[in-house]
Amino acid sequence: MRAGLAGWVFAAPALLVIGAFFFVPVLGAFAVSLTDFDLYALADLRNLRFVGLDNYRELLRSGDFWSALGNTCYFVAAGVPLSIGASLATALLVNSRLTLLPAFFRTVFFAPVVATLVAVALVWRYLLHTRYGLINWGLGGLGLRPIDWLGNPHWAMPAIILFAVWKNFGYNMIIFVAALQSIPEDLYEAAHLDGANGWQEFSRVTLPLLRPTMMLVGVLTVAGYFQLFAEPYVMTEGGPLQSTMSVLYLMYEQGFKWWNLGSASAIAFLLFLIVLAVTALELHFSRRRESA
Amino acid sequence: MGREGEVIATLLPQFERLHPDIEVRVQQLPWSAAHQKLLTAFAGEATPDLCQLGNSWIPEFAALEALEPLETSVAGSSVVRSADYFPGIWQTNVVEGRLYGVPWYVDTRLLFYRRDLLAQAGFPSPPRTWSEWRQMLAAIKARVGPDRYSVLLPLNEFEPLLVLALQQPEPLLRDGGRFGNFETPGFRRALEFYREAFTNGWAPPVENTQVPNAWEELGRGYYSFYISGPWSIGEFKRRLPPEEQGSWMTAPMPGPEGPGASLAGGSSLVIFRRSQHKPEAWLLLEFLSSPAVQRRFYDLTGDLPPRRSTWEAPELADDVYTRAFREQLERVKPAPRVPQLERIVTEMRLMAARVVHGDLSIDEGTRELDRTVDAVLAKRRWMLAREAGR
Repeated sequence: MRAGLAGWVFAAPALLVIGAFFFVPVLGAFAVSLTDFDLYALADLRNLRFVGLDNYRELLRSGDFWSALGNTCYFVAAGVPLSIGASLATALLVNSRLTLLPAFFRTVFFAPVVATLVAVALVWRYLLHTRYGLINWGLGGLGLRPIDWLGNPHWAMPAIILFAVWKNFGYNMIIFVAALQSIPEDLYEAAHLDGANGWQEFSRVTLPLLRPTMMLVGVLTVAGYFQLFAEPYVMTEGGPLQSTMSVLYLMYEQGFKWWNLGSASAIAFLLFLIVLAVTALELHFSRRRESA
Repeated sequence: MGREGEVIATLLPQFERLHPDIEVRVQQLPWSAAHQKLLTAFAGEATPDLCQLGNSWIPEFAALEALEPLETSVAGSSVVRSADYFPGIWQTNVVEGRLYGVPWYVDTRLLFYRRDLLAQAGFPSPPRTWSEWRQMLAAIKARVGPDRYSVLLPLNEFEPLLVLALQQPEPLLRDGGRFGNFETPGFRRALEFYREAFTNGWAPPVENTQVPNAWEELGRGYYSFYISGPWSIGEFKRRLPPEEQGSWMTAPMPGPEGPGASLAGGSSLVIFRRSQHKPEAWLLLEFLSSPAVQRRFYDLTGDLPPRRSTWEAPELADDVYTRAFREQLERVKPAPRVPQLERIVTEMRLMAARVVHGDLSIDEGTRELDRTVDAVLAKRRWMLAREAGR
């Protein structure tokens, strides 16, 4: 009993901070999501109406929410494998004994992660420019027609994905490099003695030992990519034809542009539930594979 | 806010000499953050005494009951005379019959065009009507070929379509701003014209982020007409090389039948209801509204004054570029004065982009817009009904 009390006392500061800065705001936001809090309510709280689950019902009925969710899922489904693939590939390259100047390349690949998003987005907007952009100039050299990257609703999301992958892959690369360096060298030696070729070494030694790291990276990246916001905010403002409108962007517009804080809170909760469900699924599958 | 916030510091010493007992403290806000900061200030009960407010925000702050009505102050003032102001601009400050601000500077949209390209296409003067404008747009497009255009109408700007819509006889909202009114013949005519500009290849289907330097592109002849505001005069003067300076000019907006209306934009000076220094704030407002100070303000910023008497100054009356603005200002109309205006014009722009893209017909687009706008105005209807019941 006494030991238990001591434990609570030691944990109390952390719990208080978490409670004050996490649980209270979250509960507050949930309460707001059950009301029609808007500009009029800001003027006078008597203009606030309790609407139950109406905000949620309306969102699930509105085309805007579903198309934003579709765009976000597209971004996650294409962006996460590309991003993790790029991270793993560059990690293997940087970690290879044949690579000259590994520290230099590690820095170069990590540089986009620390570069200011708004600044590099401006550079990318020029790279992607239909008439003056370097990318279309390269396509022209290959005899392809120029693509209106940020103006065509079919190409805007691929352009955003390309940009986001380029911006983010360095972070996971560093995690992979650390994991690769922790794989004991003698396992590769043993595999080599058993006559394994390069691909077999990679698929039978490297990948299985990377699995815990892979799971960590997968969970973090999926959760991060579901919160797509800054890239479309600075590159396309959600356009053209709302094709790069993400769930979080929709929430921002509802909350901070139109001051429909009730509806915005409801979007935040729906996104939270979606990310929670997807993460739970990921953990479930990776555990099953481990036990299999 | 923005440039005005920097410039006002040079005007204030004169005011403080006239009123030694009043000390003015200026807080500058960047335009991009101003709206949010002012709402936060309202929520935190830290609003300023006197403030510059974009006139499209006035209905919103009036709905918050954040602004002091100014009718009585104006009635007793020898400086602020409402008849001297352009009526369309003055109206933007009147919400539900009450006056909440005094115009500080004006901002309206009209045509910037290439005189030389228009002349080459056989037109010595700019268009006065839509049908003249259509002929010019078609003639220029025929001359410049597939890679160049006649006019720039960025798909992510609502202003060009809003100007065309304001030229129509029907208001954009009906029943005192309770419902959308976009299925009218007038709005459909405006939307039709807008769509036509894209389907005929007169306007490139782009957003303004893809034309980062709209002024130089006009100089290059990528298009010959550009709908923009007073700030573009300075931009053209600064950005175009000397040999191209004679090639551009301004003209009032053409209308469906004759000279057309445009949007009454700009900034007003407002006094917040919570201010502890209302008489002093009003003195400063009067000072900034006097024609002499407005002339200096124009010299410093290039912002166009809202009073006819200020426009008699030679630097404004004799300027070839501002002349079209002087004419246009007699024909400006306010956008609907409801707090949800920005949301409504955004929905209008999104719908128009889908119509241009071919996803929606004019019928479907206007019907859907009315439905969306009705939903946006639902709370406003509830508020108005409750007020009426009280």
